[in-house]
Amino acid sequence: MGEKNELSLESMPMLSVRDLRVSYGAVEILHGINFEVKQGETLVILGGSGSGKSTLLRTLVGLERPSSGEIWIKGKNIAAISQTELDEIRKKIGMSFQGGALFGSMTVGDNVALPLREHTKLEESTIDIILRLKLEQVGLAGFEYYMPSQLSGGMKKRAAVARALAMDPEVLFFDEPSAGLDPIIAAGIDQLILELKRAFRMTIVVVTHELASAYLIADRMVLIDKGNVVAIGTTEEMRSSSQPRVRQFLDRVAEPEVSRESDYLAMLTEHRRRSG
Amino acid sequence: MAQYMVTESVTEFFSQTGQSVTNGFAYIGSLASLAGRAAYYVFVGPFQGKPLRLQRAVSQAMEIGVRALPILSLITYFIGLILALQSAYELSKLGAMNIVPRAVALSMSRELGPLITAIVVIGRSGSAFAAEIGTMKVTEEIDALETMAISPIHFLVTPKFLAMIVMLPCLTIWANFMGILGGALFGVTQAGFSWLGYIQASIDSLFLRDITTGLIKSIMFGITITTVGCLEGLSTGAGAEEVGRSTTRAVVMSIFLVVIVDLVFTGLFYFVGGR
Repeated sequence: MGEKNELSLESMPMLSVRDLRVSYGAVEILHGINFEVKQGETLVILGGSGSGKSTLLRTLVGLERPSSGEIWIKGKNIAAISQTELDEIRKKIGMSFQGGALFGSMTVGDNVALPLREHTKLEESTIDIILRLKLEQVGLAGFEYYMPSQLSGGMKKRAAVARALAMDPEVLFFDEPSAGLDPIIAAGIDQLILELKRAFRMTIVVVTHELASAYLIADRMVLIDKGNVVAIGTTEEMRSSSQPRVRQFLDRVAEPEVSRESDYLAMLTEHRRRSG
Repeated sequence: MAQYMVTESVTEFFSQTGQSVTNGFAYIGSLASLAGRAAYYVFVGPFQGKPLRLQRAVSQAMEIGVRALPILSLITYFIGLILALQSAYELSKLGAMNIVPRAVALSMSRELGPLITAIVVIGRSGSAFAAEIGTMKVTEEIDALETMAISPIHFLVTPKFLAMIVMLPCLTIWANFMGILGGALFGVTQAGFSWLGYIQASIDSLFLRDITTGLIKSIMFGITITTVGCLEGLSTGAGAEEVGRSTTRAVVMSIFLVVIVDLVFTGLFYFVGGR
């Protein structure tokens, strides 16, 4: 009996999204999203600008409330729990924001130590050891006394990852990890994600539009377009997919140009109708 | 046709008015909600295992209070001098120059001390709150706090709130004193008072009530300024220009609401407290 329970726990997905709908005012951004992320898996959410992928990520970490649907993280539906319960779940997840979102008025070390100081009763000396370890993990050993403004873009992102790792999260979320970085630095961030995955078997969800990085880090991918899941599958499945929308995104085919004025007007009204 | 257009513009007028009134109430509602939550973290939270961030509150108090002293002293000193000049203009005709200290002391401690202090603090700190929190909103730092399960209100607003309700009354007392000193400069050079005599005359003309009503008002001003500044910061949209807009709105709304609060409390003291 106990064995069966363990088995079901083992096979239970870390994160499960069911028929998720999100609206801003009267405009629905996500129209019923479904997917699951297994323990230790890296899922990449792909999509163009305005596809709703960032909204999806914000909803997954509880920054936006869905209008309907369920988000199960570690056996709790975060779409239907109180703020206190949500905060308990949030202590077990880490989020790395697009621009890093480090607190400009604190040193890098204080940034990393902040969640520990807020949520644990650890001695200051212990916190000091933990923050040095986390900074070393992301390749920023010795930078604890720097201010965020003294770091380069790539270093800021690494520091943000260190802060996200501070509470030893079980799920790590990344918003556009390579945005605004040159290819070499971006490759470094990809390597960091791969290391976290290999060394800690961490469950990772990455939102990006960078194909190269997605192919490198993903176990599975979800392609989102206009608020719908277009395709979902392993990297190989996606690569060999024959779905036109998937092919268009993966082969980087441009949207057909509008040549006639009437078509352009039709496109504009369509756009206006969609954006309310 | 003309009839129709008139009807339409009348309808338009009423719907616009209704809209503005609704928005006004909604704004007051969000202010009250934010002030309520900040007050909860200051007065109730510490007893429920949510400790106050005293270190942050002290550094805010330093910024709001101590750093404002030089400019506040200068302004209120001149205001006191101006008050003495203006009242002497009328009082000299009646040969009543000896009540200049009374006029200055009363108008400073009952009205101008709290008000001028509030306006200086709005310019220095209310705007800074909106800019600081607005920038944090734009750079996703507020979101980062939330995903780390740290309440932005507890972390950012509460220390400012605490610092403000402590520092604004202190600044007000200082402002009253500087105003009286300003008046004394006139009294001594033009009205034949000695320094000590002028100060003594000022103190004699003040009742405790004159000072406490001013201080109660200044606490209310402090709550208003912090809440407006932080609310404007927290409701900043995307983009750097939005930060500028929130900052401007914070200053304008704070000045407006401080005057309203002033009116309400002055009226209250007049009718309830017997002047």
